[in-house]
Amino acid sequence: MTILVFSIILFIGALVAGLLGSLTGLGGGVVLIPLLTLVFKVDIHYAIGTSLISVIATSSGAAAAYVKEGITNIRLGMFLELATTAGAIGGAFLATYLPTAVIAILFGCILIISAALSFARPADPITIGSPSALSQKLRLNSSYPTAEGEKQYLVRNVVGGFFMMNIAGIISGLLGIGSGALKVIAMDNVMRIPFKVSTTTSNFMIGVTAAASVGIYLHRGYIDPGLSMPVMLGVLGGAFLGSRMLTKAKTASLKILFALVILLLAAEMIYNGINHTI
Amino acid sequence: MGTMKKSPGEIQDADLEKVIGNLLRYGVLTSSLVVFAGGLVYLIRHGGELPQYHEFRGEPDKMKKPTLMWEAICRGEGRPLIQLGLLILVATPIARVIFSFVGYLLEKDYLYAVLTVIVLLVILLNF
Repeated sequence: MTILVFSIILFIGALVAGLLGSLTGLGGGVVLIPLLTLVFKVDIHYAIGTSLISVIATSSGAAAAYVKEGITNIRLGMFLELATTAGAIGGAFLATYLPTAVIAILFGCILIISAALSFARPADPITIGSPSALSQKLRLNSSYPTAEGEKQYLVRNVVGGFFMMNIAGIISGLLGIGSGALKVIAMDNVMRIPFKVSTTTSNFMIGVTAAASVGIYLHRGYIDPGLSMPVMLGVLGGAFLGSRMLTKAKTASLKILFALVILLLAAEMIYNGINHTI
Repeated sequence: MGTMKKSPGEIQDADLEKVIGNLLRYGVLTSSLVVFAGGLVYLIRHGGELPQYHEFRGEPDKMKKPTLMWEAICRGEGRPLIQLGLLILVATPIARVIFSFVGYLLEKDYLYAVLTVIVLLVILLNF
């Protein structure tokens, strides 16, 4: 297989990953690393670096649209980025010391947890009652546009959410994924903000979180242009197509199908990790 | 933000949202174009060779140091041009943090200006 053929196949794979990730809301990054390591036999460090790049591309592209619609809670995002960036740097350092097999097993486990979490019903947002002192001091309570006009919401358990975000940041830096599922859980179930706000705010933070660990990956030579080029362009193209199709396609059954694919890939990653064949 | 004072001519969260949205959009667009151009050059020059990614070997200095990268781009190499595009991509969310900092200063929201600077330092000190 020549570089040209390899690049074209990678591009198509990344396009499909980006499309499915965007349609199902599970993110394209989660299948990229198994695709690169299991199918193309790429070293996992290169795969993580490549995935981080594609995560920045898709999250920034999508965030541009959400931010303009006024759904994203930028203050909440900025505040929680303190936790995610610090975590991401810790995670990236950890990745350089952990053996490949351990990273593969961890990746498989996180993949399974993320897929399962994405099916959890989000807790109802809190709209009434008195705001907590900390959320008021940080001006986190806000409103977002809905079909029935602007809706107010309150942010609960700021400290708990901050802690969860720190863990999400570590995982992002360690495994090169956006860990969007964990971020949404932190905001939905811990901080109790509306689902639409938590998904867009989580997406808003992913780019900065990944940028924090990319520096470390870059210095260690984990970011390869030959791999990143087809993957970044493919994922971005797929995500763009997905955002155009989102209103028309039925996504419930697609989501279950994609989650099954993820489970299979996760099992394969864990199996290969245990057998040290990755 | 319903709790904010609103007077004409003053910088508000909505203005910041618009600027940040545009910044992200054009950052991703620019980097994609540069990566695409670099990709074309790379495939024309090396498309017939065999890929070697099975073992991790790291990257040469011209993929890491901006001055060496630029020299290689001027020699017409594709891979450093792709890498430049990737750097533009990574710079996009970082530029977003810098814009937010300026925005919060103009809004006179000093608490958030400080929080933003801390995030910026965490990122830049590790780069």
